[in-house]
Amino acid sequence: MQAAARPGSSASTQVADAIRAIPDPEIPVISIDDLGIVRSVEVDEVRRRVRVVISPTYSGCPAMGLIEDLVRHEATRAGLSAEVVTQLSPAWSTDWMSERGRERLREFGIAPPTAGAAGGTDGPVPVQLTRHQVRCPRCGSDQTTEVARFGSTACKALRRCDACREPFDEFKVI
Amino acid sequence: MSASTVAGPSSPPPPGTSGTLADYVLGLADDALVYTQRLGEWVADAPAIEEDMALGNIALDLLGQARSLLTYAGSLDGTGRSEDDLAYLRDEREFRSVHLVEMERGDFGVEMARLLWFSTTRLAIMQRLARSEDETLRGVAGKAVKELAYHRDHARNWVVRLGDGTEESHRRMQEALAVVEPYVTELFVDDHAAVAAAGSGAGVRPSEVEDEVRSYVEGVLAEATLRPADPSRWTARDGRRGIHSRPMGYLLAEMQHIARSHPGATW
Repeated sequence: MQAAARPGSSASTQVADAIRAIPDPEIPVISIDDLGIVRSVEVDEVRRRVRVVISPTYSGCPAMGLIEDLVRHEATRAGLSAEVVTQLSPAWSTDWMSERGRERLREFGIAPPTAGAAGGTDGPVPVQLTRHQVRCPRCGSDQTTEVARFGSTACKALRRCDACREPFDEFKVI
Repeated sequence: MSASTVAGPSSPPPPGTSGTLADYVLGLADDALVYTQRLGEWVADAPAIEEDMALGNIALDLLGQARSLLTYAGSLDGTGRSEDDLAYLRDEREFRSVHLVEMERGDFGVEMARLLWFSTTRLAIMQRLARSEDETLRGVAGKAVKELAYHRDHARNWVVRLGDGTEESHRRMQEALAVVEPYVTELFVDDHAAVAAAGSGAGVRPSEVEDEVRSYVEGVLAEATLRPADPSRWTARDGRRGIHSRPMGYLLAEMQHIARSHPGATW
């Protein structure tokens, strides 16, 4: 009975791609897929519905409701009903952010999270000789200072570049 | 002779008496929810705008934890109550939070003392719950651990900065520890619901984390050149059984009044 549901069919792919490309409501330069919060998008063409599994960045992320609405909107445009499932476990990590996503953040002026989330893995953690370093997204200097650990949204901290003196947001590593 | 025939205005059984998993989850939820409300009072009133944001962010994380846990509690107890029903429509005696979180706001030093004890304890509990037999608790705790590590770090940094700061900041931070002290022991009391939840592998006995939490806080105080507070002459207790103090009524009035004045309103 799944014969007609061909997950690879162009209509399925189109709506799945449109859902993955939804911009994050708080940082619109990055898509929810590049942010790494989309666990799966399953399109069922027979039942005319799509099931999307999302991991929130933070427990209290206020954007979750809006993201759900946006997913529903994309599904409706394709004539599908949508089921949006929030999955807490395994907990989202900044390690799931794509390279393209990191590049977009940098271009936008937000220092992307460095790889290797603190306490994010159960496995061995590489020992580093330097302290947590964050490069200025404007001038590239790694001489930067943390101004406030909690920034304008739950996922960001505030830093200042010691070289060009510009303040900037840092995407926190979790 | 059934007790229900003499039940007063609040007919549901007093919380904390059934020892169910729902009760345990409600305790974890209410600690976060009530502290969210207190922390929110700092927004636009903290010593610096960065602190407005920090305390607001910490409150937001805790609210997120509370929402997941309240929803779960509502599904466990068979009443089908939503997170909003549980947050806005329960009376004081039905809240299972500890007294530390309802305590009236003091100065910034008192808040950092409270945040240090609260986040250190909650982090230790959530680290264990991340290995709970209960899948939902495991999921909530797995996220909470990452958030609480930031909260604890924030409190630690401030306690060290104020304790090892000027003469006045040192004195006031030392006084802050004494203000919070009567509320600390309650954090480690094994209530009925926690014992039952730990027995089934879903929960954690608060007493299990006491040594670890105390030794962490003592380490912070040593670094801050502060001495641990003298044992208090009284200690708060029975928050998990719905026994609260005077500030709780005002807190709930502020938190619940819109929802209660306009039942079912949405926007």
